[in-house]
Amino acid sequence: MYEFIAFYIFAISTVVLFGITVMSKNVLYAMTSLAGGMVMISGFFFLLGADFLGVVQLIVYVGAVMALYAFAMMFFDATKDIKEKHQNPTLTIVLGALMALVFVFIFSAPIIGENIEALYPVVEGVGNAQAVGMVLFTKYLVPFELAAVMLLVAMIAGIILAGKKMDHSLTTHDDAVDEVLHHRFESESDAIHDAEKIADRAEREGAGK
Amino acid sequence: MESLVYIALFAPFVGSLFAGLFFARSPKSILVGVVNPALIGVSFLASVALAMHVAEFGAVHVTMMDWISMGGLNIPFGFLVDEVSVTMMLVVTLVSTVVHIYSNGYMDHDKSFNRFFAYLSAFVFSMMILVMSDNLAGLFIGWEGVGVCSWLLIGFWYHKEDKPFEENPSISPSWAANEAFIMNRIADLGMLVGIFLIYWNVGSLQYNVVFDALPNLADGLLVGIAIALFIGAMGKSAQFPLHTWLTDAMEGPTPVSALIHAATMVTAGVFLVIRMSPLYSMEAVSGVSMFIAALGTFVAFYAASMALIARDIKRIVALSTLSQLGYMFAAAGLGAYWIALFHLAAHAFFKALLFLGAGNVMHAMDDELDIFKMGGLRKVMMGSYIYMGIASIALAGLPFFAGFYSKDAIIETAFNEGTYLIWIMLVITAGMTAFYSFRQVFFSFHGEERWKPLGFNPHDMYKYVLVAMAPLAILAISFGWFMDGYKAFITKNLPAYEMSDHTHHIAWLLGALVVLFAVIGIWIAYRKYAGKGAMAWQRDEKVENSFIYKLLENQYYVPHAYDRFIVQPYIVASDKFWEWDNKIVDGTVDTIAKTIYDAGDKSRTMQTGNLSTYLNWMGAGALLLIVAAAISAVIG
Amino acid sequence: MIGVSHYLILSGLLFSIGFVGVLRRKNLLMLFFATEIMLNAVNIAFAAIGNYYGDLSGQMFAFFVIAVAASEVAVGLGLLIVLYKKYGSLDLEVIANMKG
Repeated sequence: MYEFIAFYIFAISTVVLFGITVMSKNVLYAMTSLAGGMVMISGFFFLLGADFLGVVQLIVYVGAVMALYAFAMMFFDATKDIKEKHQNPTLTIVLGALMALVFVFIFSAPIIGENIEALYPVVEGVGNAQAVGMVLFTKYLVPFELAAVMLLVAMIAGIILAGKKMDHSLTTHDDAVDEVLHHRFESESDAIHDAEKIADRAEREGAGK
Repeated sequence: MESLVYIALFAPFVGSLFAGLFFARSPKSILVGVVNPALIGVSFLASVALAMHVAEFGAVHVTMMDWISMGGLNIPFGFLVDEVSVTMMLVVTLVSTVVHIYSNGYMDHDKSFNRFFAYLSAFVFSMMILVMSDNLAGLFIGWEGVGVCSWLLIGFWYHKEDKPFEENPSISPSWAANEAFIMNRIADLGMLVGIFLIYWNVGSLQYNVVFDALPNLADGLLVGIAIALFIGAMGKSAQFPLHTWLTDAMEGPTPVSALIHAATMVTAGVFLVIRMSPLYSMEAVSGVSMFIAALGTFVAFYAASMALIARDIKRIVALSTLSQLGYMFAAAGLGAYWIALFHLAAHAFFKALLFLGAGNVMHAMDDELDIFKMGGLRKVMMGSYIYMGIASIALAGLPFFAGFYSKDAIIETAFNEGTYLIWIMLVITAGMTAFYSFRQVFFSFHGEERWKPLGFNPHDMYKYVLVAMAPLAILAISFGWFMDGYKAFITKNLPAYEMSDHTHHIAWLLGALVVLFAVIGIWIAYRKYAGKGAMAWQRDEKVENSFIYKLLENQYYVPHAYDRFIVQPYIVASDKFWEWDNKIVDGTVDTIAKTIYDAGDKSRTMQTGNLSTYLNWMGAGALLLIVAAAISAVIG
Repeated sequence: MIGVSHYLILSGLLFSIGFVGVLRRKNLLMLFFATEIMLNAVNIAFAAIGNYYGDLSGQMFAFFVIAVAASEVAVGLGLLIVLYKKYGSLDLEVIANMKG
């Protein structure tokens, strides 16, 4: 009963929150509701006994990813509503509805492979975190290391992509960004000093990180 | 000896490549004009050496390499130089050498001089393969090579316009070339069938293997093979009803005509029959042999009759070739293979001479072919006159000239075999031959100078050309004197044909009869055409309007009949098929293409350059995949 | 009782919401949000099925999905910033410069 109530609360709230994410015009609303939805999803993980996964979900998604989005948002104008031309809203709805329908149809059907045996069964008598650790660092060690490398690569890529020419005025097209960055470029009207300063800043930034 | 065989065979090929690869696009090159005849000459010398070797030690058989070897089929690329093929090699290379030198003069002003030599040498090479091959497959390669080269050469002046049939019975060089090629293709099908029949039943195409196996084959099969091969020979040697291409082939340059008629093409059919003599002399196929003799006789007479009234100088010579080929087939059909081969060689010499002489006349008369417009040319063209005279005497078969011995032997054979109808026809034809050949000589070289009012300015050929023709003239006179020696040489390979005692006794009488007919023919021609002044020849309206004249002039309406009953229906059918092709085949293809184009046009709008649109399409695709997965899960 | 199919259906529904977002959104940032939703929906399915079979593989996959999502966000946001600097907008309509 407890699980029943919890599931439905989480289910309804995730659907509603994600619905807001998808439909909202405001970036901040969308992001906030997305973060909320992520928290709710971690609830499912706890329900499913995957405590560790739930914690990871909270830390990585809500903590790191959403924080990253929030930081990124600083570059973009988050206060303005997003104007989007929706050329064919019916098509979108129809396709989405069909998709949902098909999924419901597929998943409500009885699962065929009932007799699958667990490859890495849940270890009895230990906590979820411990069990996960045992599997992750034995059977999934190589993928784990690879994932670590991938994250490292992603981090470097992120730094380079976002940090390159950070203070070079590429954003003059956009009024808002221009406004924000304006004061920094005022003092650097001399183009000859520009490159020097960029190099300096890059150095400082590198040291800072 | 082996190297000599290869030299004889490949020297023309090297010449062809030399002219074709290095000079095809360059202007007239003296080098080509020297090197190519020289190479053919080398081939001739090699042939002479081989002939002496063969006479002393017998046949030379070499295998160059394995050509086709798969499964049960094994055809080596081998060459057989025996008495028969060496005769052919000598004839071919000698005539070709003269023709090559002659071409230097004849094609002097032609802008495609080098191309001509490339084709000419290739022609000789093809013929050499044909005669030298030791198997039917190699012979067929040469056979087809000769066909291709003749097509190239007859259509050498392919840029000439088509003319209506009434104006020019052979329409245009390209038309004539196509006609020759297509006629030969029809016959080649028969030839191929024959070769396949032999292969299926014998399992080999080597002459010696085939000949050894022949007695074991069923009679019906032998007859089938004989007929099929003879159909091939009929096409190549222009026997009725596949003869029309030969006279139309006169559209080619004259040296080509000389080559085709004397050495490299029409003789191939006779050669095939002689080569397959073990087959044709069998008891089982005597009917076919008889048919060959009868057809040959008929063609001899038929062609001679057309030559009686022909006005085109080259056409007369061409028809005489046709007639003489008839003689050869008559001899071969009656079993006198060596006589046929002897006549082939003798004919090659005087016919080449005749053609080259006619070429001289043509050259002098600015390519005018109508003998009615000539006359009295003897004064300006003495050299050519002498050559033409010698060749015509030889052709007419006057005593002690080459044609006398060989033709007389054929006629004697017909008598000896007891086929008196053939004999009579051949005797009459001999008279006609004498008449038309001298008619042509008298028309062009004697009588009134009808070309004067027409504004021609004739001049004789270059000296070196006339000198180069001398060997042919000498052989046209003297070749018959070697008949006994040749008989001893050739009968080592071919069946010796002996006259019966009875025939032997009256041989002089038969010969005298032939000569009498010939002399009468010449005398009529002289009376009619050689006079001057009051005696001069006048066109006779009554004769020219008579039925027989019209019949002969229109070549017995055979070309008309072909046009009417084969070509026209074929054109109509082709038009219909073309329409269907347009609608059905092209229509189908076009519809497919159009559908794809339309689909492209429609789907191009997908490519908006907008990622959102792409995402939508991708989403639709993903949905489709998921639906497909769901459906397959339900079904499976 | 709540069975595995409940979770799966929920996962499907969330995935569809993300799908609608992908189809609907023109703003790249919002498209990222939508893909996050879809990834999370898949994670729920992994966890649910893992739980159903008593197998930890499901959770492992969910971990890796989270790792991939995190990398994707890091790189993707970097790219977005570059794009934004270049075009002054994240709207696909504006960014589109290929004309079909």
